[in-house]
Amino acid sequence: MSGHAEITAQYIRGAQGDWEVVVGMEVHAQVLSKAKLFSGASTAFGGEPNTQVSFVDAAMPGMLPVINRFCVEQAIRTGLGLKARINRTSVFDRKNYFYPDLPAGYQISQYKHPIVGEGEVLLDLPKRTVRVGIERLHLEQDAGKSLHDQHPDHSHVDLNRAGVALMEIVSKPDMRSSEEAAAFVKKLRAIVRYLGTCDGNMDEGSLRADVNVSVRRPGAPLGTRCEVKNVNSMRFIAQAVEYEARRQIEILEGGGIIHLETRLFDSKSGRTRAMRSKEEAHDYRYFPDPDLLPLVIDEAWIAEIADGLPELPDDKKARFIRDYGISAYDAGVITAERELAVYYEELAQGIDPKAAANWLNNEVLGRLNRDGLAISDCPVSARDNNAILRMMDGGTISGKIAKDVLDIVWTEGGDPERVVQARGLLQVTDTGAIEQAIEAVIASNPDKVAALKTKPNLLGWFVGQVMKQTGGKANPQAVNALLQKRIGIAEKG
Amino acid sequence: MPLPSAATEFTVADARQALRSGKISAVELARASLQAMAAARPLNAFVTETPEHALAMAAESDRRIAADEPRPLEGIPLAIKDLFCTKGVRTTAGSRILEDFIPPYESSVTQNLWDCGAVLLGKTNMDEFAMGSSNETSHFGPVVNPWRARDSNQNVVPGGSSGGSAAAVAARLCPAATGTDTGGSIRQPAAVSGIVGLKPTYGRCSRRGIVAFASSLDQAGPMTRSVRDAAILLNAMAGMDSRDSTCVDLPVPDHEKGIEQGVRGLRVGVPREYRIEGAPPEIDALWAKGAEWLRSQGAEIVDISLPHTRHALPVYYIVAPAEASSNLARYDGVRYGRRASGARDVMELYERSRAEGFGAEVRRRILIGTYVLSAGYYDANYVRAQKVRTLIARDFDEAFERCDVLLTPSTPGPAFALGAKSHDPVSMYLNDVFTVTVNLAGLPAISVPAGLTKTGLPLGLQVIGRAFEEPIVLRAAHAIEQAADFAARPNRWWDAG
Amino acid sequence: MSVDEKTVRHIARLARIALSDEQVAPMADELNGILGWIEQLKDVDVSGVPPLTSVVAQRLRMREDIVTEGDEAEALMSNAPQAEDRFFVVPKVVE
Repeated sequence: MSGHAEITAQYIRGAQGDWEVVVGMEVHAQVLSKAKLFSGASTAFGGEPNTQVSFVDAAMPGMLPVINRFCVEQAIRTGLGLKARINRTSVFDRKNYFYPDLPAGYQISQYKHPIVGEGEVLLDLPKRTVRVGIERLHLEQDAGKSLHDQHPDHSHVDLNRAGVALMEIVSKPDMRSSEEAAAFVKKLRAIVRYLGTCDGNMDEGSLRADVNVSVRRPGAPLGTRCEVKNVNSMRFIAQAVEYEARRQIEILEGGGIIHLETRLFDSKSGRTRAMRSKEEAHDYRYFPDPDLLPLVIDEAWIAEIADGLPELPDDKKARFIRDYGISAYDAGVITAERELAVYYEELAQGIDPKAAANWLNNEVLGRLNRDGLAISDCPVSARDNNAILRMMDGGTISGKIAKDVLDIVWTEGGDPERVVQARGLLQVTDTGAIEQAIEAVIASNPDKVAALKTKPNLLGWFVGQVMKQTGGKANPQAVNALLQKRIGIAEKG
Repeated sequence: MPLPSAATEFTVADARQALRSGKISAVELARASLQAMAAARPLNAFVTETPEHALAMAAESDRRIAADEPRPLEGIPLAIKDLFCTKGVRTTAGSRILEDFIPPYESSVTQNLWDCGAVLLGKTNMDEFAMGSSNETSHFGPVVNPWRARDSNQNVVPGGSSGGSAAAVAARLCPAATGTDTGGSIRQPAAVSGIVGLKPTYGRCSRRGIVAFASSLDQAGPMTRSVRDAAILLNAMAGMDSRDSTCVDLPVPDHEKGIEQGVRGLRVGVPREYRIEGAPPEIDALWAKGAEWLRSQGAEIVDISLPHTRHALPVYYIVAPAEASSNLARYDGVRYGRRASGARDVMELYERSRAEGFGAEVRRRILIGTYVLSAGYYDANYVRAQKVRTLIARDFDEAFERCDVLLTPSTPGPAFALGAKSHDPVSMYLNDVFTVTVNLAGLPAISVPAGLTKTGLPLGLQVIGRAFEEPIVLRAAHAIEQAADFAARPNRWWDAG
Repeated sequence: MSVDEKTVRHIARLARIALSDEQVAPMADELNGILGWIEQLKDVDVSGVPPLTSVVAQRLRMREDIVTEGDEAEALMSNAPQAEDRFFVVPKVVE
């Protein structure tokens, strides 16, 4: 709750009054390692079934785990990125349960003594910042994959993922809306991508969220939560929270009670449903894995990792606001992706940083969005965008032409300056040419000229016509000035 | 009774000498063992005999010897407990659930042995998943101890769980065998079968590729007919393994060197808590004799207290089943092992495969382990047991400030009749009362044959040392061996025909 | 510490070991025999004593992040009771 003191209430209106939704998250982030957490098998995505499985991963008799140092290091890095305490001693436990894609009959995880303790994440929302507490981060093994749609009576088990290192990051129940829930995952994703500890790829399952949702009357104690499993996009997270909150409110308002349960999100219908296989009460019988010793981490190693941390989104955002003078919102958008921030800094070289931010957010991101591309796939480089903005700033081309140049380079490629030259897009500042165009417009629109006397607003229409006449190349300020002069003369005459 | 072949009488040290001096070839030595094994099938010591492997490996040894490039165990035929995974050779752990399992990999310890030139004779019978003290829980039937009481036709158990290995070594089917020891599974069968059994310090030998029973207690070790042989085998078996996180990265000393140095000046602790009510007077008498042997060779005998000893067995029967219940979860009929036929769903597949695949004792221990780890009982059982385990380990730490080794009986009695204790789990568990403390504290200990009961069954004495002080343990054991001059041997009653 | 038949059924289910109705009562007796014997640990004073985590006095060894194994599906599946197209096969699982 502490993080929410400043928040204006955002309640959901039920049939019988207001409800508050409370959301906590468990995010599983796959460590970007080459080999698995406790074996030397590959973690590559999309391999042929059961071709990335060591005898350890398949829990063959007598096979023993040996931990991957790199995975431990990534957990520490991520912990530091979450401003969290790194526990000098942590313990690997066995979580015992039977499932066909869990070969050993237990998952090696960390239960009572995780590698990372409490930390925090700041969410950048359009009008406010929300602090979400991190409860813990621990290392654990992923399970294999069961395929249920290959055969009417059988399930098929592929163990390629079995034993892949995951960081389970658990938030405190500090979120109060679907928007905050989605923003949390977005921010967490940004942090792990900045750190390079996880690729954040939600489509391939490198980042997966389990969402804990409960509702309560404003001010009441926490309600019973339901855990919604495997929600694998920001949009689905928002949908799942919305659906689940409404479902629970409906039950409560109907006099029912919520049972602690695990539910599955169906992305097709946008609904959640109870998992049939998990009905039985769990008793995981956690105990320290006797095949492993406690994990003891030196202060020196932590310091070395801390020294190597990159600038993280919050710091970068603060610097952008301070050094570039751009708005907090723009800075938040730009620093949400490390690649975007890098792109921006190159784009803003030597030009007005605010204009650069506007251009990036409106023009470049708009087009990327339209084409479904990531910034790393942007067809126009930051340098070329910088060149376009320089031409616009120097009056070589108009704003309108600048967008046209961007479109041309976007689809056809090429150097922006050459495009402007080759296509004669240079801005017309020659008053003679502009006056000629003005005369032509006046001559063909006597009625509009007459109307001008009572409707001075029509001047804008004339500017547009003249711009059209010049193919957008005329300098709009010059057109405006010349038009006023010319029409003033016309009035007298 | 005359022996059919002198070669089978060889100790490892004898065989090493005979092979290198050309008195016998490795193939001849292997053949002698294979013949003895065939003749001794009534003992049921082997689950799988591997004559083809034996002869091929022996032939390679002969080549190496001819080329004057012998490795430390060149041509020494060994029996391997069926808990060690052997690549391409069926490995059952004495269980129906693994009755057809052929590992595609080799355990680190057996790999070390083969790398030293040893020859695989076969896989020995054992209590199922090493859970037992009499070798009666094996899916492949009980092993019979080659020893019988004087003038008796009654079969007795060879102890367990490494009962097949103990019987094979005692019956001269092979000069040495491997065993594993979780609560006494090397030392107890060694003691009641009249041979030497060494449990090294936890972490001395790799556990990789050994079917796990209780991970924090399991340790591989040699079973031999002499203390020297135990040292020779340990040299080959021990060593760091980067694929076992609990295996210790410490240099392996030459354990054979110095075993004859004697015990002059050695402080030998005699823990008073090992004197238990109801134990046969012969046990106490042998123990006193053992202390006297060492004293007369110059050792100082020290009265020691290990006050938490009596809690060791209950701690063991919480910790070991707990770990086992989790270690054995992998036998689910999905990737390998027995699968029940006709299961309609996965739950039924698991429940029936495991009910059919595991024997009564294993099922019982899995349920105990599941219970003590389950919600609501974990702190009162498992955590408390691990705390008491700390106290037991501290007892030893304190004792070893006042002495260098401890001397105790190995077992509370000699081999008992087949079936005598199999209906009372707790009385069966009491067989490990003197051995189990050592596993809980991770220490090295050896059982040396030291005498016979009035009825002619063997008894052993146990020497316990500080962690990684196997050389001192072996030295004291050698002194006992010399003094005891244990020359008794089982009659070859099984080879009547 | 004493287990009733309901508890026996529950832990047998947790352990995935089928018990027939006739097996439940004898198993409860056997378990109670063992648990009753184990119960003596209640009398030990363990205040301030940490649970033993490892008898090995050493640090957890770590491996480097190198792919060294895993592409051996044939060996991996050589003992599989049922397999198809390099998948392990089990009766249908309903989620």
